[in-house]
Parts: sequence; structure tokens; C-alpha cells
Amino acid sequence: MIVAERKPFEEIKDMLKGYKKVLNVGCGTCVAVCLTGGEKEVDVLNAELDMARKLDEDPIELGAVTVERQCDREYLETLDDKVGDYEALLSMACGAGIQFLAERYPDMPVLPAVDTTFIGVNQDVGWYEERCRSCSACVLAWTGGICPVTMCAKGLYNGPCGGTDQGKCEISQEQPCAWFEIYGRLAGQDRLDLIKRFYAIVPWKNQKPRTLIQPGYKKPEQAE
Amino acid sequence: MHLLRAIQKGADGVYAVGCLEGNCHYNEGNLRARERVEHVRILLEEVGLEGDRVRMYNLSSGEGPTFAAYAREMTEHIKSLGPNPLKKWAKG
Amino acid sequence: MKSGSNLEKVLEAGHFAFTGELGPPRDTDGEEVRHKCSYLKGNVDAVNITDNQTAVVRLASWAACLILIQEGLEPNFQMVCRDRNRLAMQADILGAYYHGVRNMLCLSGDHCMFGDHPDAMGVFDIDSIQLINMVKTMRDESKLQGGQEMEHPPKMFIGAAINPFAEPFDWRVHRLAKKIEAGVDFIQTQCIYNMDRFRTFIQQANDMGLTEKAYILAGVTPMKNVGMARYMQKKVPGIEVPEELIDRLKGVDKKKVADEGIKIACEQVEEFKEMKGVHGVHMMAIEWEHMVPRIAEEAKVLPRPVVD
Repeated sequence: MIVAERKPFEEIKDMLKGYKKVLNVGCGTCVAVCLTGGEKEVDVLNAELDMARKLDEDPIELGAVTVERQCDREYLETLDDKVGDYEALLSMACGAGIQFLAERYPDMPVLPAVDTTFIGVNQDVGWYEERCRSCSACVLAWTGGICPVTMCAKGLYNGPCGGTDQGKCEISQEQPCAWFEIYGRLAGQDRLDLIKRFYAIVPWKNQKPRTLIQPGYKKPEQAE
Repeated sequence: MHLLRAIQKGADGVYAVGCLEGNCHYNEGNLRARERVEHVRILLEEVGLEGDRVRMYNLSSGEGPTFAAYAREMTEHIKSLGPNPLKKWAKG
Repeated sequence: MKSGSNLEKVLEAGHFAFTGELGPPRDTDGEEVRHKCSYLKGNVDAVNITDNQTAVVRLASWAACLILIQEGLEPNFQMVCRDRNRLAMQADILGAYYHGVRNMLCLSGDHCMFGDHPDAMGVFDIDSIQLINMVKTMRDESKLQGGQEMEHPPKMFIGAAINPFAEPFDWRVHRLAKKIEAGVDFIQTQCIYNMDRFRTFIQQANDMGLTEKAYILAGVTPMKNVGMARYMQKKVPGIEVPEELIDRLKGVDKKKVADEGIKIACEQVEEFKEMKGVHGVHMMAIEWEHMVPRIAEEAKVLPRPVVD
């Protein structure tokens, strides 16, 4: 899922300066799973903002609504008759959802309450880790299921480098060396031959905004 | 959320009381409560209020006098912090 | 002859090579480079010039290489994958070659977070092994990485580094094999203190026939004092310092520790001269360049051979 982190409170408070009536829009999918922007988190943030603004003698009226996902127009539709009452929208969805929201209501200031951080996995409640950099050229087949682009600090395709430190990356003892892990995984499966060959230069594909149109579908002449 | 709401609505202080650590009837409930109390204390500081308005005390259900002592301690403590500045915004 | 460089000629002729290293200054003081050259000239076959070593900004490697050429020394142009994309790398290689640079080393580069600009983006457009292959293609096929042909290609003698001590140990010799497959001509190892481990490694390399395909220069760094030995043992990833070495340094009079360090280094050089699969020594006396004349003397590698 996409993992995001709530922005520091001061930053959010700052963004809302000058606004007296704001709708806080949460998202019930990825950000809810990582406990950043779901219904509960919308309530907590609103409580904080309410108290802080009152202490500043500058109260703010805050609405709260959480939609299933902000990256799908059918769920955003439910907001259409609500947004008119507010001066600005505060979104707790990931960057993609926030932008979709902003696109749908181009006359409204739409503000991000979160920093979108990574594509990752749920290790345990409250603990999420990055696993994918969406490079569009997945090589997991020959790295034993461990991504060298994401998990190697230098993104090496022919690693490890000389800085690998007893199974850990040179950047920190907390960070396993991806290539050490890849070696271990492939050795365990008796597939070391896969990395004995030299892997040539990669054509990077994440240099511009990407679009996917599934076979059999096409872009409508006009977007909705 | 309940802890935050209480302060938001103007309460001067909130204290949560849980079993002695290691003695919870529900095993971990008191530990989770402790984590949440800690989190709320941090949130209050972020907002500009004293995190110390919310506290957790641990004791067993048989310790009546200790309970009373904690109640007095909390009362004295809150008095020293002064009233919640958000009180005037509360209705009624 | 691939490049016609002095280092290549020395190795081709079968001599035991002896290279040095120099780190450029953290400002525009090129005179500091000239000064260090004065100690190295005549004592080494070629000198490595580091490239923003430990992710700390220094006078550019290619620029310092030019100073060396002016001073009559042969530079080994180090290039890391951290700071440049493939376009900038190729451009720098073409420029450096025009100005007389003939040897280069293709390295990954320490991560930005170690240096003075920890928030910078680490480029890593290509990795060190891909870089080796790119330089070989430029030299042997006269082609740029994108496929375009060059009328006047750069003919570099291609080097790389290996670390025989990093885990997983068994993998290291295969990584050496990959670098050779990619096209490397010579290798310098990370500084060696654990001789047992290195002997095992070179044996594996010999068995795989790798030491006949590339020249291996064993890395040696003399210990200046016990503090340095401790630091390298505990704080520098990928370097193994056996406790016996530290004991040996502790065992001599405080004033003689540096001398003992040099003595140990010279013992290593003597063993490397006889070791099958080792074609020379890379002496890394960083910030101790003024000691190189003495070390070269004591290691009995003087005079350096002159090959036409």
C-alpha cells in the first residue's frame, strides 16, 4: 500500500492560517491502514486544530468526512454538495488522492495534511516499511524477490559494494545490505548463477509522469 | 480520542487509572492505555497546552487509600497548572 | 597496448607495480596537490586521485589529475557512480583523456550521508560494473553508451576496486569475476591487514584463472598509531584489522609505533612480491604522503622501472 506520514502539526496549522472554515477529508484505504489519514486520524487532527486555534483566540470551524478512496472519482462525488460550504479543503490522502481532489475542485485551495512517503508493507500495527520504487522494470525474478533499486541504498544491479558491513548497509547498522540478503536468498534456493552474470545498464523509466492503459481499453475522448 | 475530547471540551485535567503493570485482567490493556496516554500528552504539547494535564496512574482495585492519595495529588497538580484556557470556549 | 600508460607498460613488462594515492584539497588550493606530488615523484608508477572521497566535496578528480600531469606524474583518475549520470561521466572521460589521462578507476562511491552534503541526491544512474563495461565499450568499440560512434575514442586502462573482506566472503571472488567479465584491466584491493583471509581469497582467484585476466594490486596502508588501528577496526566498514596487529603496535615504545607500522607494511609488501596472483602493491598513505619516499625505500621497490 501507499504509506504516508502526517505532517508536523505546526506545518499544518501554518497552512490553515487565515482560513476560518475548512473541511478535513480523510481516506479509507492506504492511509487508513497505516494509521495516518483515516476517519480516526481526521478526528484527532481536527481536535488538535480546534484546541490550538482557540488558544490563539482565532477559532476555526472544521468539518470532517472520510471517503473510501480519494483516487477514484466515484467516491469523490459524494463530496460535491459539501465542499461549497467551506473556504478550503484539507486532505489526509496520499499525494495522488490530494491531487485528484484539487483537480475536481479547481477553485478551492486544497492542502496536504500528509507527506506521501513510500510503497510499502505492513510489518505490524504502526510499523510500515518501504519495498518498491515503482521503477517500471521489475527485476525481482533474478534477485530472489528482493528489490535492488529500493533496498540497496545505491540502487546497484551488480552489488554489493565494498562498503557492506557484516550483512548491513554502510549507511546504518539498522539497514540490512540488500545484496547480502539477495545472495543469501538465492544461495538458499541454489540459484546463485542468476547473479554471477553481469547486468547491463538499466533504461530508467521513471523520469516523467507515467500512464497505463490496459489492453482492450482506451482513453476516452474527454475525461469525466 | 476520549482523552483529547475531555480537554478540548474544557476539562482542566484527566487522569486514567489502570492496573499495576503485569497485573492486568485483560493482559495488555493497561500497557496500551499507557501508550495512548503518552501519545495524547505529546499531542497536547504540540497544540500549546501542558501535556501534564493528562496522566496515568497504576494501582490495584483493593488499594482504596492509594487511589484517594492519587486523586489528591492530581487535584493539587492541576490546581498548580491553572485552569484550562479552552474553558471559556466550552458551552454552558 | 590498450592505453599506453606507464602503469600499463610496467605491468605488461612483468614488473611488480607500486602505486600511490592522493586526496585533493577541499578548496581551490591546487598548490597543495603540487606539494604532495613532490614526495611521490619517482617513488611510484602512478597515483590515484580520489573523487569526492567519503562524499565530501573536494577539488575535482579530473582537475587534480591535470595538475599531476603538469608535475610529471601519472594519475589514476577515480570516478564514482554517486555524483554523475552516464552523460556527465562520458563527457568527463572524453575531456580527461584529451588532457592526457590514461588510467581510470570505476568505483561505486560512499553514500552521501557520510559526507558534508548528506541530503544530496545520490545519482547512481549506473553502477561500478556497468561503468567498467561502458568505458571498455568506448575504448574497444569506439561507441558511446547510447550507441553513437566516435572518431577519436578514449583509450583508457580500466581499473576497479575490490574488497576481499566484506561479507558474504564467498561471493567476493565471483564479484571479481564479474568485473573482469565487464572488462576491467587492473584491480586495487581495499587495504589488507588480515593476511590469512587475503591468502585464501587470492588462492580462490588463482583457481578460477582470474589472476591471469587482470592485474591485481594489493592495498597496503601503514598504521600510524594504535588509535588509527582501533578506528579502522571498529569504525570503517569493510576493513578487517586482526587483534594481533594492534597488539604488535601496542608492544613497542610509543615513539616507535609509526616505525612499527611501516615495518609491518613492508613485511606485507615482501610477501606480496612472492605471492602468486599479485602483480603489485597500491600504497595508500593518505595524508602521510611525505612518508612515501621512506616507505618505498624500506619496501625495496626503488628505483621504479622505466619502460619504453
